[in-house]
Order: sequence, then C-alpha cells, then structure tokens
Amino acid sequence: MLHSILSGDYPRSRPLAIVLALVLVCLAFAPFLFPGSQPLNVAAKICVFVILVASYDLLLGYTGIVSFAHTMFYGIGGYGVAIAMYNFSPTWPALGIGIVVALVLAILLALLIGLFSLRVRAIFFAMITLAVASAFAILASQLNEITGGEDGRSYRIPEMLRPAFRLFDEPVLGVMINGRILTYYLIFLSALILFLLALRMVNSPFGRVLQAIRENDFRAEALGYRVVVYRSIANCLSAGMATLAGVLMALWLRYTGPDTTLSFAIMIDILLMVVIGGMGTLYGAVLGATIFILAQNYLQVLMGKFSGMLEGAGIPLLPNLFHADRWLLWLGILFVLSVYFFPVGIVGKLRQMRK
Amino acid sequence: MSDNLLNLQGVHTHIGQYHILHGVDLAIPRGQLTMLLGRNGAGKTTTLRTIMGLWQASQGSITFDGRDITKLPTPDIAQAGIAYVPENMAIFADLTVRENLILAARNGDLDPARLKWIFGLFPALEKFWSLAAGVLSGGQKQMLAIARAIVEPRDLLLIDEPTKGLAPAIIMNMVQAFKELKSTGATILLVEQNFLAAKLLGDHVAVMDDGRVVHRGAMAELAEDAALQQKLLGLSMDAHQ
Repeated sequence: MLHSILSGDYPRSRPLAIVLALVLVCLAFAPFLFPGSQPLNVAAKICVFVILVASYDLLLGYTGIVSFAHTMFYGIGGYGVAIAMYNFSPTWPALGIGIVVALVLAILLALLIGLFSLRVRAIFFAMITLAVASAFAILASQLNEITGGEDGRSYRIPEMLRPAFRLFDEPVLGVMINGRILTYYLIFLSALILFLLALRMVNSPFGRVLQAIRENDFRAEALGYRVVVYRSIANCLSAGMATLAGVLMALWLRYTGPDTTLSFAIMIDILLMVVIGGMGTLYGAVLGATIFILAQNYLQVLMGKFSGMLEGAGIPLLPNLFHADRWLLWLGILFVLSVYFFPVGIVGKLRQMRK
Repeated sequence: MSDNLLNLQGVHTHIGQYHILHGVDLAIPRGQLTMLLGRNGAGKTTTLRTIMGLWQASQGSITFDGRDITKLPTPDIAQAGIAYVPENMAIFADLTVRENLILAARNGDLDPARLKWIFGLFPALEKFWSLAAGVLSGGQKQMLAIARAIVEPRDLLLIDEPTKGLAPAIIMNMVQAFKELKSTGATILLVEQNFLAAKLLGDHVAVMDDGRVVHRGAMAELAEDAALQQKLLGLSMDAHQ
C-alpha cells in the first residue's frame, strides 16, 4: 500500500522519514494543533510552496533545465483565478473556467518556449525564460483593465471557501470549521495529491528518461530518446504544476498581484528552497519549503525574543547583533551555511549519512 | 540483400571549424566483427559518432541495411537497430544497474532469458542489480554499458574502446564476452587500442589515419604482418601485448 502510494520511492533515511512524517502530521492537523490565523497562513504557504518547489525540481533536479519562468506560470495560475473571480460571479464553475484557461495558457506557453529554445544550450534557455518572464511581468503590470496593474486584484471566492461560511454549528476539537479551514484543507489535499503524482512521475519510465537526459543528453539520444520532446513534456508538466500552485495561492490570499506571484524574489526563493532541500529529490521540496517559510515567518520573532533575553542579561553588543530588524541578514547567513554544510541538500546529506 | 550491413562512402565530418573526417570509405560485413584501429586522433570515435548522427556528416553517405541514414537524427538511427557504446564507461551513474538496462529496452520490459544470458556474460551486474551504477568499478561500468547495448537484439553494435583503462584480467573477461557475443552472429564495429584484444576478436580490420581509412583487410593478415603494423600504426602489435 505505502509502496504504491510513494511509487516505491521511500525516504531511504530514518531521520528523513521521521521529519517528513512530522511535517505531514503538522500540516494535516495544522488548524487544530496551531490555532490562529498566522500559523494557518504559514501552513497553507508551505503546502503551496511544496508544490511550486517540487514542480521546479522536476525541471532543475530531474531534467537539468534551468528556467527563470517558473513564477510566470505560478502567476498565470493566480491571475486565472483572479480574472475569473473578479469578472464573473464567485462560483465553482467560474473558478473551474479560470483554472482550465490558466492551465491551457501555461502549458501552451511552456510548449512554445520549450520547442523554440530547448534545442539550444542550457544557458540560452535560461536567458530566454528570463526574458519571457520579465515581459510577462511587465504585461501584467501594464494591462490594468484585465489584471488590476500594480495594485493587483482582490476578489471573492465561492461561498463555501469564505471565512463567514460555517460547515458545522458546533466547534470540532475546539475549532470552528469555517470556510477558511475548508480552503486550507482544499489546499492541503490538492498539494498532497499533486506531490504524490509528481512522485509517481519521476519514478515512472518517463522519469528515468528525464534523469538519463540530465546526466547525459547525447547518451540518451543514442539510446533512441528524443531529448527535445522529453524536455518539452517535462517543461509543460512542470508549468502545469506551478500553475496549480498559483491557483491554490490565489484561493488562499483572495488577492493576486505582481508582487505575490510574478516577482523575481519568489523565483530566487524557489531556487533556494530546491537547493536547501536537495536537487533531484522531491522530498527535498518538502523540507526546503518548510524550513524556508518557517524561517521567513518566525525568524524575526525568535530573534526579537533572543535579543531581549541578551539585553536582559546585560550582555553588550550581542542584543544589537541579534536585533529583530537584522533577521534578513541572519536568514542569508543561515542559507549560506546550509549550502556550505549540505552541498547535496538536506535530503542528500541525510541519505549519505545512512550509507 | 548486400553482404555489408553498413556502408560509409566518402564521409566528411566537420566539428565547428575543424575538418575531422576526410572522406571515410568503410564497409561492415554482416555477422562479423570489424576492428577499427588507428593512432589517437585518427578519427575513429568521430566515425562512430557520425554513424550515430551525433555529429552530422557534411559530405558523403551512410547506408544501413540499404537505407540512407546520413541525415537521420540520432534517435531514429538508434531505433533503426544500431546500438552505440561510447568510450569512458558511458553509463547513467545516478540510475541503478536495473534502470540503466530498462532504459535501453524499447518497450520497457526486460526479456528474462536475455537477461540470464547477459548475467552469464557479466555476472557482476546481477550482484549489483539494485545499486546505483555510479558506485560500480570501472570494469563493471564498462560491462553495464555493453550490456545496455545488447539488452535487446540489435542489428549492429558500435563499441568505442571498451577495454580502455581496465585491468588486464578484466580485459580478458571482456574479450571472452565479445567472443560469446560474436558467436550469436552479431555484427560489431569495435574501436580498440589494445592490439592483443583486437587480434583475438577481429574478423576484419580497417585502419584509420588522418580522417581516412588507409587499410582494409582481414585482421589475421595484419596480425601476421609486423611491417604492415609498423607502417600503419607506428608500432608492432607484439610490443603492445
């Protein structure tokens, strides 16, 4: 049963399996274990970014393609929901139309970019994706009538997913099951299903060919595989997954704008999450996204408390060094250290320790 | 049906601004093992890569089983029935031994009888079946690369320096495996620098120099003629045994 669910791709490290199980349990029961809007917001973001990072790992880690257009597909998903919800009534059919149109557009764009540029050397593909993503971001800012421009779009979502909706009259385990929690579980279950599908994909014959292409595309061609076709399919699948991640984030935020979807900072975050977790291991996406988003949300608070403690103890200089305002500096230092000590990512390192 | 499975006529290959092959004429007889010899830089590897379409011939023609494959893309050439084993233990290091072999099986399934035969040739592969290919020794990697080429029957095997960098004992295992492969009637074009292995295996020989085939004939004749070896290869084969 477990073999089938995980497509035979076990964590292959006891500590890794324990950490993954812990993350899964925390996310599955987040509304009950960590009540409050901020923890739920963090948990929802982790779910969305696990998918976004896993879809990018499909490209970078499994196929060896460096793309900078991933946030563009993420943004297409977000804008698909935003435009549909803003222009039509906030109903399930309208949401469905928004998702389908976004998926079709993203896959077509990915196919076009792939067919035109995956034949060329990797660096040119990366540059082309960067140019296309920049053009798309400018377009989204300029098409004020459709996208809301720099301000983005706020919109209503189907009633069942709104905070005011109550599934039961009474609280369950002390928590009122409202539309917000239903949205969270929609995101959690979608992320879980998409992750398991990605796991199945990379452990299928198709995934094996992608890994062969990553290692040596000439050898893969000499075995009879059309590298451009396989790379294009991987590009489309990855774009589709990123689009769905964008859809989920749009449902959670009920807002879509350039800063939350198309910004280059998100692209850098995705890259960092892939590298920290471990390239070419989908489990790395889970760890990378979890650690990164927890650090992004709680490091400042932790540092503030730590700084206060040091100040209370009368220690000079250090309270200033660990002041909450310096959290980005320490976040950067933590990432440099993690890449230095875990060059193969956390998952890779844990698996190496097993050997 | 022609006696020759593969024919190269006046093949020229340019790599960037460099003119590597200067009109290669070569015929590979069916069911025979042809050795392709020559000094370093003579154009042997380029010839194999040009046959596979990894580098396109700029002039001349390549026909395989009567079909012109000169301009075909590499995957089509592979699917036409030519298997290629590049030099330097060309395996996929991150994949397991099993996955490496499955990659070469066109319908994704391994024939158990064929697999048993391969394990007979290269027993180490059965032992390390589920291990990542990257952890195998050099000789085992080379065995895996060859096993990948023969995991399904192919009409023609192009093998580039299979004994390069291997210990003498492993080389003799490899020679034995090729002898067994030959006995199945396989057509093989083998690039080799180890002259003892060449002498033991070759039915025919073609010697290349400066991007051309400068000698063709029976391997046994070249093996017997020290003067010809000196003239064509610069060294007596005996000195390399």
